This record gives sequence, structure tokens and C-alpha cells, in this order.
Amino acid sequence: MSNQIALHEGLFTWPSSKPQLLGSRCTQCAEAAFPAQPDCRSCGSRDTTIVELGDHGILWTWTIQTFMPKQPYHSDETPETFRPYGVGYVEMPGGVRVEARLQANSPDQLEIGMLMKLDIIPFRTDENGDQKMTFSFSSAGKA
Amino acid sequence: MDVAIIGIGLHRFGRSPDMSGMQQGASAVRAALADADLSWADMQFAYGGSQDGGNADSLVNELGLTGLQFTNIWNGCATGGSSLHAAYSAIKSGEYDVGVVVGFDKHPRGAFNPQPKEWGLDDWYGETGLMLTTQFFALKTQRYMHDHGITEDALIRVSEKAFTNGSLTPTAWRQQALSYEEIANSMMVSDPLRKYMFCSPAEGGAALIVCNADKAHQYCSNPLFLKAAAVRTRHYGSFEVFAPSQAMQVADAPTVTASKAAFEQAGIGPEDVDVMQLQDTDSGTEIMHMAENGFCEHGEQEKLLREGATGINGRLPINTDGGCLANGEPVGASGLRQVYEVCVQLRGEGGARQVPNEPKVGYTHVYGAPGISGVNIITK
Repeated sequence: MSNQIALHEGLFTWPSSKPQLLGSRCTQCAEAAFPAQPDCRSCGSRDTTIVELGDHGILWTWTIQTFMPKQPYHSDETPETFRPYGVGYVEMPGGVRVEARLQANSPDQLEIGMLMKLDIIPFRTDENGDQKMTFSFSSAGKA
Repeated sequence: MDVAIIGIGLHRFGRSPDMSGMQQGASAVRAALADADLSWADMQFAYGGSQDGGNADSLVNELGLTGLQFTNIWNGCATGGSSLHAAYSAIKSGEYDVGVVVGFDKHPRGAFNPQPKEWGLDDWYGETGLMLTTQFFALKTQRYMHDHGITEDALIRVSEKAFTNGSLTPTAWRQQALSYEEIANSMMVSDPLRKYMFCSPAEGGAALIVCNADKAHQYCSNPLFLKAAAVRTRHYGSFEVFAPSQAMQVADAPTVTASKAAFEQAGIGPEDVDVMQLQDTDSGTEIMHMAENGFCEHGEQEKLLREGATGINGRLPINTDGGCLANGEPVGASGLRQVYEVCVQLRGEGGARQVPNEPKVGYTHVYGAPGISGVNIITK
């Protein structure tokens, strides 16, 4: 049985039965950022705390990645098995728009304003056979 | 003290398989020196930049070890704008009278593959396939079309114009005009942008000889004047490339702030500009940059494009040499190609692509990662 490990620490709560995206919030100006960062892009303060940004949001814009990106893209796919994927910015309840992979990969499945839910999905298998998990969004119906 | 442009040189864009990027830069400098009737030994300073072509100051090995001050500039796609700004400041300060600005590049085929660490980002962002410039331009265009009622028709018309202009430009990479249908039916790359709506990484070189305007007439009979050079980075809240997240609040893009600063320096407004070059890495970007640079209202582009207003004979001639779409984008050289083309137009040397009625005021705009814009205003 392979383990499911976060691709990068600190992007989302993991392991978890109800994972949340993680970010930071400035204690001075209250602006949020993803991923969490120690300094605030808005006011320059170094006083930020890690917060949960939520597990759903609204699709702000989207596109489809139709060709397999070059390195540094690092998945299990080959040019033959590559499957186009959606990319979008999702407005999170935590007050920031987060760029993410979308599970929909056809224009007729995507619309600005759609309600989206967070899914933590296997992205690739590492050399130990463990699954590296990343965050993604899928449709949760009309907003 | 004003700044004059007294020499312009270009090494043709596209592919030069027998030449390194550096050699293409040297070729552009030699062309600019010949145009100004000056020699490399006359140059007191140089600013240059390249992404993949090597360190610009190594050009001294090609051009001569004269001991001049040579400073390398690297500012993403805005490298040319930043180099020219540095030269502008060097002359404005009174430190130097005459120098050269050069940009060149030679990229591998296919889309760029930027590395997260070079942009202050963690590896996961690139590994999971979120760090592509093509994606960003598609995402920004998609939202812009939604907010301002722009349709695919406008995207197609930008490309149609670009390749028409490219077909009239002997130094352009893409010299074949494409029909509306060919563009409309080309492969979808990143929705809403299709194959013929994107520029490609390419090769080429561009150089300018700049000098103290008080002395320009010593060197040439037809100097042009660099009335403004402004470079700005992004504010919190503007939607820019290589951003894992963006703020909910909205701020003006760096193009807006650079454009306003340049118009203020020059003491003129968008209505005074006769010919312009706006960064068109893709057709959506040209549309957004029309409004961000103050040449129209947001949403007005659809009508302007349908009327042909941005063509060579229109009232807003944009990217008269075919822009990045027809010339490709050798990153280091691209911004200076824009200035080169505006100078050609102001001199009346545009041949088949010459804007009519003797244009007197030209404008150039570059945009680069991770949210930087450079604007220049050039007059007769």
C-alpha cells in the first residue's frame, strides 16, 4: 500500500478527511496570500500567520493546458499519455484568488462564476512508490 | 538635457542558424553604427541584455576592447525597455554624450520553460504545470473578455493584422499573411488563444545609438528624440504572470503606471501619438494593452478592430512591422525592435508598411515577467 504524501508541505492540511487550502494572513492589514509567506505583499509587514483559506471557491478565470509542458513540469505522464488539464484562479472564502489545476479539461465544462470544490489528488508516484498529492478543483455546480 | 536617437540597427528576426545570439547582437550594433556613421571606438558607454544569448558585455570581444563602460541589463521581456531607460538616464545625467543600447537572443524552439527558483517560487509551482506564460496570457485574456465584452472576433483580427504587416516587413520572421479563417481554425493552444494568436521564442538583435540631443546634429541630419523612458513594476492587486495567488483588490497594471509616467515626462497625451508598438506576445495581450496604455477605453477594442483602426492606414497604427506575433520574441532584442520600428516610421522609411501623413510622435511599450512594463516616447 503506497503512502499519500503532500507534494509540498504547507499548501494544504494533509493528511485530512476534510482538507483545507493553507495560506497566510497579515496581522497588520489582513490581506491573505497563497502559498503562506512570512512577509506581506500588500503592506510589507513581517507579521503574518498561517490560516485556512477554505475548501471551496468561485472560478474567476480559466484556461485549458492542451500541450504537455516542458521541464520543470514533472508528472508521471509521457507525451503519449499526457492528458490536457484545466487551470484557473479560484476565489477562496479566505479572501485571495488561488491558481490551481482544474479537473475539467474541456471548455464546455468551465464557466466563470462556477462554484468549485477543493480535491487533493495523486499527481505522481515517487521513487519509493509513494503517491505525491497536489491540490486541484472540480465543479460543485452553479454558484 | 534631451536625448536623441541617431542610429538604428537590426539583425533580422527569426532563425539565423549559422550565427550565435551574440553574433546577431554584434550585427545589430554594426548596423546601428553604420546608420549613425560612427565607429565602435566612439561609444562611451553601452547597456545590453540577453536571456539565452550570453552576457551582453562579452560583445566587446566581437566589437573591440575599447575600455568603455558596458553594463548588462536583465528584466525579462522588458529588458530592452530597461536598457534604453538606463541609457536615457546616463545621458540625462550629463555623464556621457554618446553610447549604444543593444539586445539580442537565440532561444531553443518551443515555449519558454522558466524555472520557479529564478522567480522566487517553490518547485511545486513548476512541477504541477502552473508556470507557463501561455497559460497566464490565456487566463488574463479570458477574464478580460468576460469583463469587457470582447469576443473571439477581436482576437482573430489582431492576428490577421499582425501577419498582414509582417508580410510587408522585409526583416520580419513571418512574412506570409494569414486569412481570418486560417487563424480562426488554427489549433486551440490555451483557451481562448489559438496557435496563430501566440508569438514564438525566436532569434535576432537590435541596437540603437543614443546621444546628448544638443550634439545630435554634429552626428546626423535627422535625429529623433527620446522624450520619455519609464519602467514600472507591479502594484499589489494587479494580475500578473507567475502568481500562485492574486489579491481580491484591484490595482492598475504596471503598463498603466509606466504609460502615465511616460506621457507626463513627454508632456503629451495618447491622442498625440501617431504610431505605436504595444507588446503583443499574444493577440489578447495587444487588446488589453491598447486600453492599459490609454489609447482607448476598455471594451472599445472590439469596434476599433472591426473598423480596421489599428491597421497601417488606421487612426491607431499598432505594431506596423507585425509586432511580436510576426517577428517572434527574442526576449533581449524584442523591446528594442519596437523602438527601431517606430524610428523607421518617424523617418518615413517604412516602404510598403509606411504609416501615411508623416507621423511625428511614436510610442513603444514592452511587458515582461513578473509584471514589469517599459514605455518610450519618441518624436521627430
